[in-house]
Amino acid sequence: MPESAAGTPLHIITLVKWVPDSQLERRFTEERRIDRSEGILSELDEYPLEAALQIKEAADREVRVSALTVGPAGAATAAKKALQIGADDAFLLSDDSLVGADLAGTSTALAAAIEHVRADGDTDGEHLVITGMASEDGESGAVPAQLAERLGLNLVTQATALSLEEGRLVVTRASATEQQRLAAALPAVVSVTDQANDPRYPNFKAIMAAKKKPLTSWSLADVGLGAAAVASKATVLTTDARPPRTAGEIITDEGDAGLKIVEFLAKERVL
Amino acid sequence: MSAVLVFFESLSEQLTTSQQELLTLAGTLGDVHVVTGTEGAAAAEVVTVQSVESVYSGETEILAPDPALVDLLETAVQETSASVILSPDTADATDALARLAVRLDTGIITDAVGIDAQRRVTKSVLAGSYTTTAQVDEGRPLVATVKPNSVQASIVAGHPPEVVSLPVGPSLTADGAANGGVEVLERTPLEASERPALTEARVVVAGGRGVDGNFGPLEELADELGAAVGASRAATDAGWIDHAAQVGQTGVTVSPQLYVSAGISGAIQQRAGMQTAQTIVAINKDEDAPVFEIADFGVVGDLFEVVPQIVEELRRRKA
Ligand SMILES: Cc1cc2nc3c(=O)[nH]c(=O)nc-3n(C[C@H](O)[C@H](O)[C@H](O)COP(=O)(O)OP(=O)(O)OC[C@H]3O[C@@H](n4cnc5c(N)ncnc54)[C@H](O)[C@@H]3O)c2cc1C
Repeated sequence: MPESAAGTPLHIITLVKWVPDSQLERRFTEERRIDRSEGILSELDEYPLEAALQIKEAADREVRVSALTVGPAGAATAAKKALQIGADDAFLLSDDSLVGADLAGTSTALAAAIEHVRADGDTDGEHLVITGMASEDGESGAVPAQLAERLGLNLVTQATALSLEEGRLVVTRASATEQQRLAAALPAVVSVTDQANDPRYPNFKAIMAAKKKPLTSWSLADVGLGAAAVASKATVLTTDARPPRTAGEIITDEGDAGLKIVEFLAKERVL
Repeated sequence: MSAVLVFFESLSEQLTTSQQELLTLAGTLGDVHVVTGTEGAAAAEVVTVQSVESVYSGETEILAPDPALVDLLETAVQETSASVILSPDTADATDALARLAVRLDTGIITDAVGIDAQRRVTKSVLAGSYTTTAQVDEGRPLVATVKPNSVQASIVAGHPPEVVSLPVGPSLTADGAANGGVEVLERTPLEASERPALTEARVVVAGGRGVDGNFGPLEELADELGAAVGASRAATDAGWIDHAAQVGQTGVTVSPQLYVSAGISGAIQQRAGMQTAQTIVAINKDEDAPVFEIADFGVVGDLFEVVPQIVEELRRRKA
């Protein structure tokens, strides 16, 4: 490992989001916004947290893992869950101007918050931002690239494996047609998929320890932004619930179910 | 007419169905220009399609995930004054368009299934439980990625488009990481299957933990139906089939005419990837499996008995 990397502290900022539980019914409000009255830490954000903790545990240098979230006040519960899972500290950016923010607004707010965390007393260290592959509600997967663009950082998305080797990030990812192994110098933004690892569960000790960890709350003004900076560039015009799929005919196999399926397919003209 | 820029990160010898669909959609919105990382003359040969006027590419081939693709896109937008920029919804294209939207100070809408003349974008959200329309503010270009199977492909061969080479070259270098950037250490092509591509297939036959390591019967059925083979995460995690076959929230989304689900319980993350299929047939031993809540025709039974019987009957009817 080069001298510089070995002695330099590393600060990993993991982005986590508070989202409506996908196991329950999710809906839009009359203002055409996703109903965020209740939520959980997005399952897809457990993978970046795990990746950060594994890098920390494997490192022979000082590593600090922060969790950062942008969301309504309730999002503090996602930040707390991240602390229980193992983050050292957490930051919550919450502001009325961010309600219903689109990708542009969200990535602008996150970028400002990341710069603020980076400036937060550890300017000498190296930085790595780890995100999930997509949010569980918006599912666009476009935020990591927008962050890298705004912050001028290296970008690697859709990591299925990652590690720090000789001070640089080595990542395996799959594109549409090939598997790639990439190396990225820090600072960088990397998004990880659910293939990357098996997230850990917090145990009782970790849950108790999390109570003592710092959680800092910010408004937009705290990170140096005004409402205009995060104004949405895309507007949702309509949200229509799809008629739920209803169950069709269910039969129990009595030795001829294969024939019945073919009959059904012929009747439906899908053969 | 306004200009529409279509971004294909790369082109092979022939347009795929979803590439044809995207060009078809673009043709309804304005004069079509293609921008691609593939070398210009080769690309032009592939997109010799009536609606396409020109092809923009770099000085040499530029391969994803090279951020030079964003420079290429940005330059092409300036050259064409495009008001709509579209790409397929692959990860690499999404990355490039997401960055482009930042540079153009505009909005991006991902996973569109339709775009009308007023630039209203339709998409399916929250695991297919809602359909939304959204619009990028007037006066700003629309940047959007489009899902396969959203429009009926209809393209006509045309004159070769004009090839425009833009002054952009690759930025990923062999010592990129040492110089503070990104470096490609290794590229391994994914194995191409003889079967139709999963996202484009008319019929998908999918198996889950219930296949217990043996996709053989499902592959035979797929061959009879000209189908692609899909899988649940339990099956890909077990290593029985490649991860690329995973259908669902963190796999691919499919909207085929027919989806045959065999030995899959139908967890919400799996349903997210298939419940917009026109017809769903499910085979599962467990009568309480959630997949039966959305199946048009369900069989409570053992897939190792039912699936071979379907194959046999299809063969008998063909003979
Ligand atoms: C963040 C996250 C993302 C995820 N993303 C995805 C995703 O993209 N795609 C996905 O599929 N899952 C995804 N999952 C996993 C998902 O929650 C389920 O665990 C998974 O879909 C279960 O797969 P399965 O139905 O094959 O297995 P199981 O739930 O174990 O079901 C197997 C079924 O097979 C039936 N069976 C067994 N033997 C037979 C037989 N001989 N004949 C007929 N039936 C039989 C059983 O009755 C059972 O219903 C995700 C989970 C998380 C947390």
